[in-house]
Amino acid sequence: MRDVAVIGIGETAFGELWDKSFRDLGIEAGLLAIEDSGITAQDLDAIYVGNMSAGKFIDQEHVSALVADYSGLADQHLPTVRIEGGGACGAIAILQARMAIASGQHDIVIVGGAEKMTDVSDARAGEILSATADQEWESVFGATFAGLYAMMARRHMYEHGTTREQMAQVAVKNHKNGALNPNAQFQREITLDTVLKSGWVAEPLTVFDSAPLSDGAAAVVLCAMDRARKFTDTPIRILGSGQASDFLALHDRRDLTTMDATVVAGKRAFHAASLTPEHVKVAEVHDNFTISEIMAIEDLRFVKKGLGGMATEEGETALNAKVSVNTSGGLKARGQPVGAVGIAQAVEVVRQLRGEAGKRQVQNAEVGLTHTLGGTGATAVVHLFGRAN
Amino acid sequence: MAIPRFWREIPSRYNLYGSKCGHCGTLDFPPRTVCPECGRRSVGKMERVKLGGKGTVVSYSVIHDAPAQYEMMKPYVLAIIEMAEGCRLTSQVIDVDPAAVKIGMPVEAAFRKLGSEGEAGVIHYGYKFRPAG
Repeated sequence: MRDVAVIGIGETAFGELWDKSFRDLGIEAGLLAIEDSGITAQDLDAIYVGNMSAGKFIDQEHVSALVADYSGLADQHLPTVRIEGGGACGAIAILQARMAIASGQHDIVIVGGAEKMTDVSDARAGEILSATADQEWESVFGATFAGLYAMMARRHMYEHGTTREQMAQVAVKNHKNGALNPNAQFQREITLDTVLKSGWVAEPLTVFDSAPLSDGAAAVVLCAMDRARKFTDTPIRILGSGQASDFLALHDRRDLTTMDATVVAGKRAFHAASLTPEHVKVAEVHDNFTISEIMAIEDLRFVKKGLGGMATEEGETALNAKVSVNTSGGLKARGQPVGAVGIAQAVEVVRQLRGEAGKRQVQNAEVGLTHTLGGTGATAVVHLFGRAN
Repeated sequence: MAIPRFWREIPSRYNLYGSKCGHCGTLDFPPRTVCPECGRRSVGKMERVKLGGKGTVVSYSVIHDAPAQYEMMKPYVLAIIEMAEGCRLTSQVIDVDPAAVKIGMPVEAAFRKLGSEGEAGVIHYGYKFRPAG
């Protein structure tokens, strides 16, 4: 199997972008990534697209062909693939594209992710998000997406003594990082009180414990390592990847305070890369709710089970601390255009490893990690990236 | 939601029918065709069993932000309930002050309206849970 590197990255600004369509966003991110990579579109062998639910958000399916078409590539007749997997779709798309290159089938592939979420009402967007949980045995009974994560939070508080303040610190930290990211949806710092006193969404989670609805897109260009140096002096190698699934419905899981899919995906990625969590200095994890980041840093073994809240409160995950988590601002502050999430995480980690992260640069980062969730944890994907020497 | 899609699930939603693996005895709700423990050995050996309706609250949330069809119910208590038979399900806890709901609280199933297809559409019924004495 061949090594694969990221040679180009691109992302749009994230936010409520009413003047931009799904096509506009996808093309903008794709062109930025191609420009950054130094390839020309004629070098591409395939297009992979991560997208959760364009069918519901904008009544458009078959978005992989659409993206190829509007990128001006229709007469190149490239194979295009759209990956669905809840919030993890973008990360799965990277994994599938990597395998296609590693196998020798392709040499250079662009992987894009996009979601246009603000063309529907907030209530409708909430319903669409909850379709990644179990529609028949959760949603019908009034389970909202936030409500399911709230039940994880409640149980985490009960079993591990995690506090609302500790969860709120995740949002405070990620807004602080987001304030340093010119592409973030929210570039403003917040206080603990902002989180604690904002309105309930699903107790014990407030509006500020929750990531926003967003429009946005991101893209990466992947290339076989043996060709990467033709295009860039700083190829970022994909060191290892892991993907795992679990029971679809939260109530069927072994432990409400652990995402086994994250645990397994993490183990697979670290094993493949012959690395341990101690090697990781920068990580983008799936903080769709504050409790999600706390569980992620535990399940990825950055901290012991149950200590995620305390570690956050003590600043262990702040910029340039033990492990810098969500330097981009995370889903919370950078934004959550679902299909783009996994790709945008990779964009941020690559930027950090190249040393191009500006004011939020993590010092001496050799290895970076992305962690992406689908649904309430029925899918998890972990990628490890490193500077190629 | 199409009407047959709801009808198909009526035995479990009205009467709490789950399945028991004829190979290892594990009980699942809703019913499964394949036992997660036994895999292929369970195929064709899954028996239909009715749950007793008693359980305890494993976790819960008070929902303040809900889809349109639950607007009239909010704030309502969403919960994961562990049934006496050992399986778990997601439902609402009703006939209770939300502030009084606790992890470990005993509850029992009740037959209630779950929602409806708009103002003039089909009404969906099923189980919710209330505090048990």
